[in-house]
Amino acid sequence: MSILINEKTKIIVQGFTGDKGTFHAKEMIEYGTNVVGGVTPGKGGTTHLGKPVFDTVADAVAATGAEASITFVAPAFCADAIMEAADAGIQLVCSITDGIPAQDMMRVKRYFMRYPKERRTLMVGPNCAGIISPGKAMLGIMPGHIYKQGNVGIVSRSGTLGYEAAAQMKALGIGVSTSVGIGGDPINGSSFLDHLMKFQDDPDTHAVVMIGEIGGPQEAEASAWVKENMKKPVIGYVAGLTAPKGRRMGHAGAIISAAGDSAAEKSEIMRSFGLTVAPSAGELGSTVASVLARL
Amino acid sequence: MDIHEYQAKELLAGFGVPVPRGSVAYSPDQAVYTATELGGWHWAVKAQVHSGARGKAGGIKLCKTYHEVDAAARELLGKRLVTIQTGPEGKPVQRVYVEVAEPFERELYLGIVLDRKAERVRVIASAEGGMEIEELAHSAPEKIMQVVVEPAVGLQAFQARQIAFGLGLNIKQVSRAVTAIMGAYRAFRDLDATMVEINPLVVTKDDRVLALDAKMSFDDNAMFRQRAVADMRDPSQEDPREVQAAEHNLNYVGLDGDIGCIINGAGLAMATMDTIKYAGGAPANFLDVGGGASPERVANSFRLVLSDKNVKAILVNIFAGINRCDWVAQGVVQACNDIDITVPLIVRLAGTNEEEGRRIIRESGLPIISADSLTEAAQKAVDAARAHAAS
Repeated sequence: MSILINEKTKIIVQGFTGDKGTFHAKEMIEYGTNVVGGVTPGKGGTTHLGKPVFDTVADAVAATGAEASITFVAPAFCADAIMEAADAGIQLVCSITDGIPAQDMMRVKRYFMRYPKERRTLMVGPNCAGIISPGKAMLGIMPGHIYKQGNVGIVSRSGTLGYEAAAQMKALGIGVSTSVGIGGDPINGSSFLDHLMKFQDDPDTHAVVMIGEIGGPQEAEASAWVKENMKKPVIGYVAGLTAPKGRRMGHAGAIISAAGDSAAEKSEIMRSFGLTVAPSAGELGSTVASVLARL
Repeated sequence: MDIHEYQAKELLAGFGVPVPRGSVAYSPDQAVYTATELGGWHWAVKAQVHSGARGKAGGIKLCKTYHEVDAAARELLGKRLVTIQTGPEGKPVQRVYVEVAEPFERELYLGIVLDRKAERVRVIASAEGGMEIEELAHSAPEKIMQVVVEPAVGLQAFQARQIAFGLGLNIKQVSRAVTAIMGAYRAFRDLDATMVEINPLVVTKDDRVLALDAKMSFDDNAMFRQRAVADMRDPSQEDPREVQAAEHNLNYVGLDGDIGCIINGAGLAMATMDTIKYAGGAPANFLDVGGGASPERVANSFRLVLSDKNVKAILVNIFAGINRCDWVAQGVVQACNDIDITVPLIVRLAGTNEEEGRRIIRESGLPIISADSLTEAAQKAVDAARAHAAS
């Protein structure tokens, strides 16, 4: 099993016919993902990459029964695209877009609350690499070949650091159940905690790697939950030990501005809640291996 | 993005927040002229730099005569103001703000922030104005009042009243404080701010409520729809290397180590810097070269990193997803041929087309040190920097 997506999940691509949408949709289809169509307003009724194009998400859902979407939509219009997907009943929206204004994300998250819990959309991202359930489906922009299918979940803010972890694990023969990139923005659709809860319920995930970075309270919140509720080992890592206070390190959300935001503090919080913290990013794979060996 | 105090006050005044009368000046003559135009008996001449704690650093002068205004402007303009927030190099003072100095009875604190935990806007206030809110949060958290704003409807007047009454204001002052709080919130919302801080918000003898100081920061992601705010950017307040980086669409943060870093992805960049430190070295910078690392981007990155004279070695670490290692390798080789790189260069390529990328580096005949893993790359960079420094 896996979380969020598998080989059956029906996926549509928002911003399907643009350069980025086209390139990554092709990669996703080649990986074996069940892409059932896409949305580009004004191009409804045409075909792209052998799949139908729709004007609205509602049309796409009605015609294909799509359950999940991925957005390759420019930052200024992305919040609108996400809300359109939520309104059409899409259960999982993955947003790759980097540069969505924080207040737009605030409104998006408020908008999700309009719907009852049973049909409320879960959003992954924005500013993330997406989701991959190796061997089954890819809803993102990652290089699929670096992931081996297996039993360790990955949830990471950073895309490339998630790749690093997966590649180190593959080199040691360790596979991944699902890898989720939650993105580097200050307000994101879903947090570490949302995905740890899903990994907890997935029988084929035996351990989880949680890769955080400076800024925000989500690593601490998830670690506290792990201590109380998680029945599987969690390996932690926080990037940004050398980051100076008050400076934004690339990601909009990667900034030390409040107590508890620094990598040293977050690593200590993780340790205090019983997570195994990798001593360096170069030892993510070996730390996972040593934890698995104790199971 | 940050702006100056006088710009923040101009913006806030546009949303109905009362501010003392004042005007910006670029020369001592202009400062004196401004003071005569403003009238009154006392003026504050305030250095405009992107930093708090200016008062303690001597950046704010209270003047009783035009002569003193002239002297204050002469002293401040053209110098670098060093505060506890600027670092030892300080920030250049190119303009001063001349303001009518209003006597006041009370100093309050008003802040509006984007709260990442609640994922909402939070209004913070305290009757103990003038001191740092972080200090107060630590020493007397019970003295801080907070309300969280429901994004569907925005800040409501009753919430502003709750704060105003909580600050112990009389009824006349309350209605004026509500105007200030609501105005500051609307400015925050309509201008895509991430922070508005009015510290202090003062109450005068005649019951007026005024923003004596004002600080605003904005969401860089929203600047596409806030042209007027974006135009307030003052590059003189930023690290010149970061300004240069921004022109090339690169993310750069200068640090004080000696190993230059060129990496794709913010998380991997931070993790690589940490691994350098773990291996006993010190990174000279953060640089995210981004997803589409074209040869021009790679060359610009090299120029930027090499503009830091402390750099004793450069580490290129690319984990290619959208990127392809062979493209990056071609970019590195081209940059080496175009730019005179006099320090050791360590390159680690992984991900899409890594074999091809490594082959291009190997066959280039350039003295590039290759590494396969992150740990190996960091260790080789630390060793090479040491050897280069010793030579």
